[in-house]
Amino acid sequence: MSLLLFDTLLCGLLLALALASVLSRQLSHAVILYIAFGLLMAMAWARLAAPDLALAEAAIGAGLTGALCFTALARQGQLALSPVVSWQQRCWPALFVLVTLSGLLLALLQIPASPGPLPALVLQELAGSGVSHPVTAVLLNFRSWDTLLELLVLLLALLGTLQVAPAPVRQNSWALSRSWSQLLAPLIILLAGYVLWAGASQPGGAFQAGALLAAGAVVLKLNKQLNWLAWRNIWVRFFAVAGLGVFVIAALAAWLLQGLAAEPVWLRWPPQLAKYIILLIETFATLAIAITLTLLVVAEQPDTPLSLETQDSAGGSDD
Amino acid sequence: MMMLAVALLLTMLLGLWRVVKGPALLDRLLAVQLFGSTGVALCLVLAQALNQPALRDVALVLALLAAAAPAALVQRLKHNHALKADSSEEQS
Amino acid sequence: MSDIGELSLFSFVLSSGLLFIGLLFFIAGSIGMLRFPDSFSRLHAVTKADSLGLGSVIAGLMFYSSWWQNLLMLLIWLLVMASGTVSCQLLARFCKAKQDQA
Repeated sequence: MSLLLFDTLLCGLLLALALASVLSRQLSHAVILYIAFGLLMAMAWARLAAPDLALAEAAIGAGLTGALCFTALARQGQLALSPVVSWQQRCWPALFVLVTLSGLLLALLQIPASPGPLPALVLQELAGSGVSHPVTAVLLNFRSWDTLLELLVLLLALLGTLQVAPAPVRQNSWALSRSWSQLLAPLIILLAGYVLWAGASQPGGAFQAGALLAAGAVVLKLNKQLNWLAWRNIWVRFFAVAGLGVFVIAALAAWLLQGLAAEPVWLRWPPQLAKYIILLIETFATLAIAITLTLLVVAEQPDTPLSLETQDSAGGSDD
Repeated sequence: MMMLAVALLLTMLLGLWRVVKGPALLDRLLAVQLFGSTGVALCLVLAQALNQPALRDVALVLALLAAAAPAALVQRLKHNHALKADSSEEQS
Repeated sequence: MSDIGELSLFSFVLSSGLLFIGLLFFIAGSIGMLRFPDSFSRLHAVTKADSLGLGSVIAGLMFYSSWWQNLLMLLIWLLVMASGTVSCQLLARFCKAKQDQA
């Protein structure tokens, strides 16, 4: 009974916040309401007993998307300065959301009510996957192709964003917020390491850990710390690409190892090495995700005029 | 235990009414603070009620993000306001 | 509450009392957020009352779980208390500066 009441309240609140965000008159208010919506969404995932998604939603959905929206708002110039958005301007996104929503609802109706044979199959194969948490097993072993492509998408998004990064702004930050962000940094690194390590046996993993690290780095960057964390730093570039690179190298190595024995299958880890391969990939993926998400939010144009390497990366993003 | 979760959600509803209605920007920024305390409490109660210890990790992440968010948000907003002040000087 | 069996009656009453006190503080914080006249006093309501409420709720929940989880919850409370004070300052300072500018 109380469970039903809780669910009804939660759904009502989510809908109300979503409507308030879409229909709000000022863009900055809309962004804040959207952050609140993301945080409440994390509660909804927690209620559905899906801590993996709750972690990801709290770190990415609420934390980083909010920062990303504010960055986009800062780039809007005149549009962001107009204090009030007229109701026509507000209706277009609402219409867009309605169309997307109807598509999603149609797709939702196609999903069968019973879970099908897949969960049982995953639990059955779990022993040979190298980890004991089913979600990590699916993400990095059974369906690792998806994860590989997700890393590629992130990298492409970063390369695209770097082309339109704003010029650096001189701006002071209060001593209080600077020292507070410095105080939080070790806590965030500790927690990210814990989340990454816990991913093998309980909810957690590379995306959540990377997003946490990125949140910490964004706060420090906005408070004018971590000046080395920019695209011009060769190590930053190296680690941003290394997430994808290590994944591909590991896949190639596993492929060659299998090739000696029998008919090779792309992205199938040998069971006795799976644990170490997954740990290696996740560690590098965490760093790559952290760097990528940080630069997506706070990237700035280098002080020097357009140099050779920015043109190179432009060519890379077209491929 | 679930009744406690419902009650916490109700207090959150009251707080969110202020966030949505708001008049000032500060009233809306309170949303982060609201989730930093009530949301964390809700997560911990849910962890107990649904017997899902992993939700305590979610609560920790939420608390840490709620701690970091104002430092970033305020810095970003100051930036936006600095831009706004610049452009209004140019216009006048 | 389904888990009475695991606790003695005394600790059950104590934990329920603590949870209830915590809830009262949360309610007080929310009413303050609704009814206080200006933004700064609303900020005060949500950061102070809710931090105390969270502490009381955590103390109530500590009767149920293991020492490692209790340590985690204690850490969460300390973090929320510290962040409440700091972010309250930051938000209020920003809005005061904005008010003075206008």
